[in-house]
Amino acid sequence: MLGEVGNGLRRNLSMAISVVLVTMVSMYLLGLGLLAQRQADTMKGYWYDRVQVSVYLCNDNPTQPNCQGKAATDQQKATIKGQLQQLPEVKAVFYESEQEAFDRFKEQFRNSPVVSNNLKVGDIPDSFRVQLKDPSKFAVVTSQFEGAPGVASVQDQEKVLKPFFRVINLVTLFAVLLAALMVACSALLIMTTVRQVAFARRREIGIMRLVGASNATIRTPFIVETVLSGLLGAVLAVGLLWATVHFLFNRLLSQILYDRALIGDTDVWFVAPWMVAVVVVVAVVTSMLTLWRYLRV
Amino acid sequence: MIRFDHVTKTYPRSTRPALFDVSITIDRGEFVFIVGPSGSGKSTVLRLALREEQATSGAVLVAGQDLGRLPLRKVPRLRRDIGTVFQDFRLLGNKNVFQNVAFALQVLGKSGHYIRQVVPETLELVGLDGKAKRMPHELSGGEQQRVAIARAVVNRPSILLCDEPTGNLDPAISLDIVHLLDRINQTGTTIVMATHDDDIVNDMRRRVVELSDGVVVRDEEDSLYLPKGDVG
Ligand SMILES: Nc1ncnc2c1ncn2[C@@H]1O[C@H](COP(=O)(O)OP(=O)(O)O)[C@@H](O)[C@H]1O
Ligand SMILES: [Mg+2]
Repeated sequence: MLGEVGNGLRRNLSMAISVVLVTMVSMYLLGLGLLAQRQADTMKGYWYDRVQVSVYLCNDNPTQPNCQGKAATDQQKATIKGQLQQLPEVKAVFYESEQEAFDRFKEQFRNSPVVSNNLKVGDIPDSFRVQLKDPSKFAVVTSQFEGAPGVASVQDQEKVLKPFFRVINLVTLFAVLLAALMVACSALLIMTTVRQVAFARRREIGIMRLVGASNATIRTPFIVETVLSGLLGAVLAVGLLWATVHFLFNRLLSQILYDRALIGDTDVWFVAPWMVAVVVVVAVVTSMLTLWRYLRV
Repeated sequence: MIRFDHVTKTYPRSTRPALFDVSITIDRGEFVFIVGPSGSGKSTVLRLALREEQATSGAVLVAGQDLGRLPLRKVPRLRRDIGTVFQDFRLLGNKNVFQNVAFALQVLGKSGHYIRQVVPETLELVGLDGKAKRMPHELSGGEQQRVAIARAVVNRPSILLCDEPTGNLDPAISLDIVHLLDRINQTGTTIVMATHDDDIVNDMRRRVVELSDGVVVRDEEDSLYLPKGDVG
């Protein structure tokens, strides 16, 4: 049985190699797609932790009509804070005074004195910084507090990040579509290979059928061969993916971005089982279907 | 053992039936010649018995099974009880004599121990002892056919179907082969042999079923075959 498989592999070496290579490329692309997805998720998580909705309060010289020229009273601030904390979507509420807002701005723009030197305490109003359990639910806060007494404006950083995420999602989708196309390619190639191998072995198969070998006996060598070739391709793809992430992505990008929100080797190990599973399923299903059509009694 | 009950077979995309209303009963242990000119339907009878084809109408019963009702997954089991020999030997050129015969047992999952015991016995039965290591291309036609017969009987089937087994062989060699089949028949194996070789049939004097254009025109015990135009 094993000898048969070995013989078959040797005799159809070129076909086996092409199955290995196409599987490798398609699984590499699938892996890239899955990693892009994880990268997007990691980035979303990273940024969402930092995304806050800011509820700016009316200060001494407000420009917003809602403030009616008056600063928010302590009473109003307490009401707003209380209402915010009661919202089920809200995780935490912090108060940022005018002085703290001024300091933070100074710190952020310390390399652009032109901007920061002209800023006085009070130019940025004090605010409640709201952290949401699900940052995409910011509209709840906006709708409820925009125009409330004592609120100058509600600002959401999600709006700033949205186009950025849209690009990431698009790239991910593209990678996954490309991978799906490649998986279809490898399925077609496996089909052709199985058919060619079955043709090359039609004498053996004919005799097997005549002497009453079971369908499983006739088909198993084909399935084992395609699964083995596919697995080899998948293993190579995982190696290639690891090298890409380890040497290219992490080394290069971490020097440019100084960002912790990058995927790493562990993410490769996370997507690897999926790649292997896809290969096994595609190889088994395709060869079964091909043999079922080709090796009817 | 084998029964054809008003069997008609029309191949797809063919207007004329290859067999028409054929009824034959072959008992266990019989030796039957199916004779008739080329195209008369001899191979079709064997293909139906082997469940390679299905009857268009009528019933085919083999080894107690109604082949019209036999599910596909049970066909391999049926074939384990039927040996087959063809005009073109159908040996595997990359395997030696022993391996060709052993192949039939290997694919049925028999143990190596059993195979090493049974294959030499079978090679001896067919008169090939000492030639186990030869490759098919190193053998004469008659010897190749003996390998094919060994492969067909190595699993001890109760039926042996032979489709013109002597069609590629010299008359003298052909007689040797048929005498070998006769010996196998004497061990209890039912033998059905399709042929248009009248010398053999007349030498053996066994039951003869004659087909003409898919119709049984004669079915006699201890009989002769006198092809038309061949007798004065
Ligand atoms: N697969 C097939 N498809 C269509 N017609 C066939 C097929 N096999 C045989 N026939 C026809 O059936 C008839 C009987 O063929 P066959 O059983 O092979 O005869 P024999 O073996 O006596 O020469 C012939 O007319 C032949 O052309
Ligand atoms: Mg024929």
